[in-house]
Amino acid sequence: MTLESKIPEGPLADKWTNYKSTVPLVAPNNKRKLEVIVIGSGLAGASAAASLAEMGYNVKCFTFHDSPRRAHSIAAQGGINAAKNYANDGDSVYRLFYDTIKGGDYRSREANTYRLAECSASIIDQCVAQGVPFAREYGGLLENRSFGGVQVSRTFYARGQTGQQLLIGAYQALSRQIATGKVKMYNRHEMLNLVLVEGKARGIIARNLLTGALERHGAHAVVLASGGYGNVFYLSTNAMLSNATAAWKSVKKGALMANPCYTQIHPTCIPVSGHYQSKLTLMSESLRNDGRVWVPKKKEDAVLIQQGKKRGVDIPEEDRDYYLERRYPAFGNLVPRDVASRAAKVECDKGHGVNPTGLAVFLDFADAMMRYGRMEASKKGLVNLSDAEIKALGRQVVSDKYGNLFEMYEKITGENPYETPMKIYPAVHYTMGGLWVDYNLETNIPGLFATGECNFSDHGANRLGASALMQGLADGYFVLPYTIGSFLAHEISTPKIDPDRPEFIEAEKETKAQIDKLLSINGSQSVESFHRRLGQIMWDHCGMARNEAGLKEGRKLVRALREEFYKDVFVPGSNEEYNPELAKAIRVADFMELGELMIMDALNRSESCGGHFREESASPEGEAMRNDAEFAYVAAWKWDENEPEMFKEPLEFKNVELKTRSYK
Amino acid sequence: MGLNLKLKVWRQKNNKDEGHFEDYQVKADEDMSFLEMLDVLNEELVHEKKEPVAFEHDCREGICGACSLVINGRPHGPNAATTTCQLHMRHFKDGQTIVIEPFRASTFPVIKDLVVDRSALDRIIQAGGFVSVNTGQAPDGNSIPIEKNRAEHSFESAACIGCGACVAACPNGSAALFTSAKIRHLGLLPQGKVEEGTRVANMVAQMNKEGFGMCSNIGACEAECPKEITLQNIAYMKRAYIKATFSGE
Amino acid sequence: MKWLVTFFETGVGKKLLMGFTGLFLILFLVVHLVGNLQLLKDDGGEAFNTYAHFMTTNPLIKVIAYGNYFFLLLHAFVGISLAIYNRKAKGKRNAVAFKNPRVTWASQNMALLGMLILAFLFMHMGDFWFKMKTGQLNVVDYGNGEVKDLFSAVSASFKELWIVIAYVIGQIVLAYHLWHGFQSAFQSLGVNHIKYTPFIKQFGKWYSILIPLGFAILPLYYYFFK
Repeated sequence: MTLESKIPEGPLADKWTNYKSTVPLVAPNNKRKLEVIVIGSGLAGASAAASLAEMGYNVKCFTFHDSPRRAHSIAAQGGINAAKNYANDGDSVYRLFYDTIKGGDYRSREANTYRLAECSASIIDQCVAQGVPFAREYGGLLENRSFGGVQVSRTFYARGQTGQQLLIGAYQALSRQIATGKVKMYNRHEMLNLVLVEGKARGIIARNLLTGALERHGAHAVVLASGGYGNVFYLSTNAMLSNATAAWKSVKKGALMANPCYTQIHPTCIPVSGHYQSKLTLMSESLRNDGRVWVPKKKEDAVLIQQGKKRGVDIPEEDRDYYLERRYPAFGNLVPRDVASRAAKVECDKGHGVNPTGLAVFLDFADAMMRYGRMEASKKGLVNLSDAEIKALGRQVVSDKYGNLFEMYEKITGENPYETPMKIYPAVHYTMGGLWVDYNLETNIPGLFATGECNFSDHGANRLGASALMQGLADGYFVLPYTIGSFLAHEISTPKIDPDRPEFIEAEKETKAQIDKLLSINGSQSVESFHRRLGQIMWDHCGMARNEAGLKEGRKLVRALREEFYKDVFVPGSNEEYNPELAKAIRVADFMELGELMIMDALNRSESCGGHFREESASPEGEAMRNDAEFAYVAAWKWDENEPEMFKEPLEFKNVELKTRSYK
Repeated sequence: MGLNLKLKVWRQKNNKDEGHFEDYQVKADEDMSFLEMLDVLNEELVHEKKEPVAFEHDCREGICGACSLVINGRPHGPNAATTTCQLHMRHFKDGQTIVIEPFRASTFPVIKDLVVDRSALDRIIQAGGFVSVNTGQAPDGNSIPIEKNRAEHSFESAACIGCGACVAACPNGSAALFTSAKIRHLGLLPQGKVEEGTRVANMVAQMNKEGFGMCSNIGACEAECPKEITLQNIAYMKRAYIKATFSGE
Repeated sequence: MKWLVTFFETGVGKKLLMGFTGLFLILFLVVHLVGNLQLLKDDGGEAFNTYAHFMTTNPLIKVIAYGNYFFLLLHAFVGISLAIYNRKAKGKRNAVAFKNPRVTWASQNMALLGMLILAFLFMHMGDFWFKMKTGQLNVVDYGNGEVKDLFSAVSASFKELWIVIAYVIGQIVLAYHLWHGFQSAFQSLGVNHIKYTPFIKQFGKWYSILIPLGFAILPLYYYFFK
């Protein structure tokens, strides 16, 4: 199979403009005749569903949640990037594009990434018009802050709840279309199969989670906006129910999975506290703007802290190792996520970790509070203040900026981060890999589109902070509504898809058989326990640092676990009821296959790039070493239970020079 | 260390079932979240081949609004400004009895055990909780300056997570806090002000149509709201609605 | 006029009625108390009877009085129907009832308190107003023509222990009703302001203590000191 990226001709900066002026359009009267299914109602799904409906298409939108507003986009904290250059610090579309390509370690498509940067500014305008209450300056204009991996301030935010506010904006737009009837919303419905008719995606089989009924839904095209697959690791910052099922069922129908090994491990999460841990909580990357990351210089100190005999505040300044500032003086605490995460792992592996498990580092705001305190004192004309008074002033500033995050930290850990430094550790956060799509966001299956985290296209091997929201909304509001025309323009004479066609009946049977199988095993272990074990295998063998032997071992373990799952899992209840355990079983079954594919991809890619770090491919100082000669390609996998097959899409860089990523 | 707890959990097979309490013993750790404690219980139940307790949850970060539960009579449990998923077991005592019930209101029918149907809230938003702007129509984001404080106040209302604790806390089963938070969020911004009249009229009408109770200013909603949405929102809604009724065309 | 009907079908409309009528009744309480304080004058009832005469014969006051009865009944009717509606809207209640310290007891029992006040009013009106209207009172003349001697009826009633107890209880119930009602009326009109509402709330609390206290002093004074 050759993978056609369908990148338009012409100079990089003109590609999208030219594309928009030449892509086939669907006339309004024809749009009314066409149906589009959108799976997912997060930023990518809700924005796409709303925009398509506004254009006149008939949209059916599916979510497994009880309401579209619960999608996990809601939990994004820090912000959304846009090349507005409001901060007058030299930002531009090209710079945002360049930062994203570089941040992604040169493993994304130039044209897609450039388009993302181009669309970014319109997103902010759209969201402001929808009533998203972004942070403002005293003059009433939009405020920006800086984020990891870049040297300009281009991140727009709404306190620490930017994802929530953007999702509410998209949800409101979607709600408006639901009210007009242009979107039919299917809450508590989970897509369990993709239906192909003559090779084109023409519908889905969805399970009504309340009744267990399998429903057939036909449409002219299907858009997957179902998010990422970080929950393969069980412990991640993803929501408990985030899953890969919709995407994976499509993979099983022939869609290609691209770069599945690219996993983002976020450096600032609350460390694991016990075996019962169900998920990990992110502390926004924005904290690294003011927080300083450190571990004790002396191992003895670290050991005493681990044993609870010393506290962070007891370590004198000269005995602290601000390792990010030491190793990366140019970016310091603001290095990209993958770099910061690995650095934390290195320190903890050396035995300098600072919690009972030894898997945590400090994130300290003491300096920031003093710095802000002095600024406030000078603003207010106060002199001769004691350190405690200065700290109190600074504490207020820090609280205004990060108050909700500090509260959340205290709720979870029971420790007050104003008094004692936070403890953080990396955790799985985002998956850059996803369904392979071309420039149109169309997968290799005609009529099947993938947007947002569900596709692989824009972030390469590592995503910069505040770019996920940008991509989800760019895809949904500004890209897909155009590019879907490239397919639908040829479908205007296709009649309404009949869900009683044999292809639908066949797909439904297939799904029913899977459900019956899971229910009939009647083993002795819970779905949850299998998921935990899968996560542990993935973390140990395909986590922050990977090597050939470990990956090979990991693959064996995952296969064995999958076998055990199908022999010994216990799924209580029946299909014909509200049965969360059954829903979970179906999802975990998919994770078991996807996990294996991730390992295979990691095994194949023997270079280090972005979030994918192969121990075999590192410099003597431990920095990741890319291998552009051999690996400047997208690895797109066709699933097969025994031997998945890999196809390559070479990546061409005509507008940026491939450099070793340096944040020193 | 560790807590031995006695749980009285509401079990209800489906909407037609009467429902009843069942007693369970569970061992918990202080650092567990409340939902992780329920995970432990469910793991044991599954191990005994019994039906686990159904409850809704997702992000476990206090933002998606999926988790609910009335814990010892309080929506989202004993801590102020905390969702159930962010409630940790260190706030309970060894040997304590914990009664867990679903969010109650006639507009929130029970689906199973502790899971209720809160879709009425979505329909209130669909009635008018949006700004009528199509994709692509927007002017530059900085074309209308918005006073910092105003944006902050709008944000405070927009922080609502749509969990429905206000309805559950209200002895009248009123959704006034939820509805008014959306009305104030949009109404304080120039972009949302334009269609405020129709918005408030339609949303209030929908609230009635769904059968939510009528606010009598008790303030239980405000006291239990995990996002600390205030009664000021309800007053705002009243002003906007009165204005829309008596001055509108 | 459908728009107006629609308005009063909603909670906002109904509570607007409750707020307006409530505030009117709150004002009435002041006027009523000021008049009643004439009972403390040691003049054999002249000031009180003159005041009572004025209140029952002045045409403007009469209009206001009928307005007052109407508002009172409207307040009671809408209040009770709201309570019934809300009970239904809540449906099944939780087995464990939690009392949040931020929520007053009064606010959750306004209908009960209101009905008790209504019962008290029936007694109160039956005792004095009915007697006055049906000519069961003697007449006295202070030099400006004949006026009904309500004073004698009042002072006689206030010698009866059960009546005094009933009045005192009535005023305690009223105090609770006002404790929530005063500030709630403003909220119902949409008045909730970060600067002014704390003052309204504070004032309301003093009001809900002092006014009923003023009323309650009268029977106690007559019972113990006259």
